[in-house]
Amino acid sequence: MGARVTVATRAGRAAGIAALALLALGLALPAFAGRAMIQDLFFILTMLTLAQFWNLLAGYGGLVSVGQQAFVGIGAYAMFAGVILAGWDPVPAILLGGLAGLALAVPAAWFAFRLQGAYFAIATWVLAEVTRLSVAQWKALGGGTGTSLPREATSDMAFVAAIGRLFSVREAAARDILAYWLALALAAATVGGIYALLRTRHGLALAAVRDNTEAAKAVGVDAVRLKWLVYLIAAFGTGLAGALVYVQKARISPDAAFSVTDWTAYVIFIVVIGGIGTIEGPILGVLVFFALQSAFADYGSWYLMALGLIGIAIMLFAPRGLWGLIADRTGLHLFPVRRRLETGHATTRGD
Amino acid sequence: MIWVNTVVQGLMLGGLYALFATGLSLVFGIMRLVNLAHGDLIVFAAFAILVIVEVLGLDPFVSALLAAPLLFAAGWALQRLVLNRVLGRDILPPLLVTFGLSVALQNGMLEVFSADSRRIRSGALESASVALGPVTLGMLPLLTFASAVAAIFLLNRIFYATALGRAFRATSDDPVTASLMGINPRSVFAIATGLAMVTVTLAALYLGMRANFDPSIGPARLIYAFEAVIIGGLGSLWGTLAGGIIIGLAQTAGAAVNPEWQILAGHLAFLVVLLVRPRGLFPRAFD
Repeated sequence: MGARVTVATRAGRAAGIAALALLALGLALPAFAGRAMIQDLFFILTMLTLAQFWNLLAGYGGLVSVGQQAFVGIGAYAMFAGVILAGWDPVPAILLGGLAGLALAVPAAWFAFRLQGAYFAIATWVLAEVTRLSVAQWKALGGGTGTSLPREATSDMAFVAAIGRLFSVREAAARDILAYWLALALAAATVGGIYALLRTRHGLALAAVRDNTEAAKAVGVDAVRLKWLVYLIAAFGTGLAGALVYVQKARISPDAAFSVTDWTAYVIFIVVIGGIGTIEGPILGVLVFFALQSAFADYGSWYLMALGLIGIAIMLFAPRGLWGLIADRTGLHLFPVRRRLETGHATTRGD
Repeated sequence: MIWVNTVVQGLMLGGLYALFATGLSLVFGIMRLVNLAHGDLIVFAAFAILVIVEVLGLDPFVSALLAAPLLFAAGWALQRLVLNRVLGRDILPPLLVTFGLSVALQNGMLEVFSADSRRIRSGALESASVALGPVTLGMLPLLTFASAVAAIFLLNRIFYATALGRAFRATSDDPVTASLMGINPRSVFAIATGLAMVTVTLAALYLGMRANFDPSIGPARLIYAFEAVIIGGLGSLWGTLAGGIIIGLAQTAGAAVNPEWQILAGHLAFLVVLLVRPRGLFPRAFD
């Protein structure tokens, strides 16, 4: 009659199997999906990746950043630097994006962690502005007006010719497929990696710090080290995502790569509407966001204004987002992270 | 003697930044709330003044006087209807709500007023200047600086010499005990936000008369304001003025070296202060 602590649930196992099936389907998709659909999915997957990392920061780490565009931008620029200045192939240069994010995060955290709570938020914004203005001085990469990936770098990109032959598509479409696969891999690794992290003792410590910092410290959790851990992971992942987005765009400028609307406002909206502090939330949120974007983006500023108002309404009336509403009604957890005590004869349900 | 001119211009610019920051400092001091829409509210107030100037054909100063009570009411309502509901131990809801407000306000103004640059015309005042020894000072920058000093002086008087100020300070220190003494923290917060919107109106008046503005410039004003507050030290209004001046000086000095470095120099000054004095130059003893 041994008792053990477990996080596994039947819904969780089913969700895991479904996720693997979805992944397999996603891999095979370019064989029968059109180019427009591949591009849409690329957008969804990269936004999902950014949203998961922001959610890790804000929802689990309690670090509300409005400066994640710093890492998207620096990641994208590092990739461009690798290609244009060092002659790398764009695909391995994506790794440079992650490393650049990491390299920026160390001094950024050192500054921003001096400020608490809400002031931390604006400090991250200042740091993103400093990064943008500094990068705009980088004349070799086009300064303030930006630059494009050289024609030969994009046409000779690794795997593109092989993908073109495999699906018998043109080079541009093959590039989209490659970017889509990379985005799929990145999103899957992000969701899987964050889920794995939350199931370790670090994840437990994170939840403890989020729920009550003082109590967590009292039982020996090193809150500062955890903050660093989360911030660096998010910077690395966001840098990778930024580099990947700009491999697909192939054209960069400081204003676009460091856009607070594109890389932070949308991301916050996705997490808030889906449900902050859950892995399911950003997944649901990105689907809702994509649906809204496809239906109403033509309305321009009215659409953005409505997004802002919807965000406010969600925070006022359903602060745990759509997934929070669903989870409350059904008790469903697709990515269970809660520890439950399981004994030989009875199961104790607990939150 | 060019550097004297640079320093004086920086000082005057600092007055404008201090005006941007006063409302932010006030609200943070009383309810620990950082309003991410602060910059957009300044731009909103500038459009409000502009509309009054253009529709009623009034002088900008009179228009600002008319706009101030309206914006006080708007701030009061914002606090009552929205922000009071999300204030609490968790900092996430107020941050996200004000961020949503920032996005909504910016895009709403873009639809209503278009992306065109606008300016509040002030006639002869635009080009008026006074000669002070080696430097010639624009009348408008001088007036901006004087208004910043006056506004901060008045707010400090309200804080330390009126019943309302006592309520502000009591609520800031301990809302629960304050409410036992017959103060309703929610009303106090609403009045504070209303008052902050009055300082925002003043800031908007000078922002609009000094240079062109359009719906997209709010976030940058928020950042300058924020830097001034942090440099000055939380809760100190005179510190905020000093912070604004430091940002103004750094920006003017940076621009004198290379016009592209103006904004960057201001941010770097902020980072240096954060490095040397993380709690700002004049932090209030208790915080």
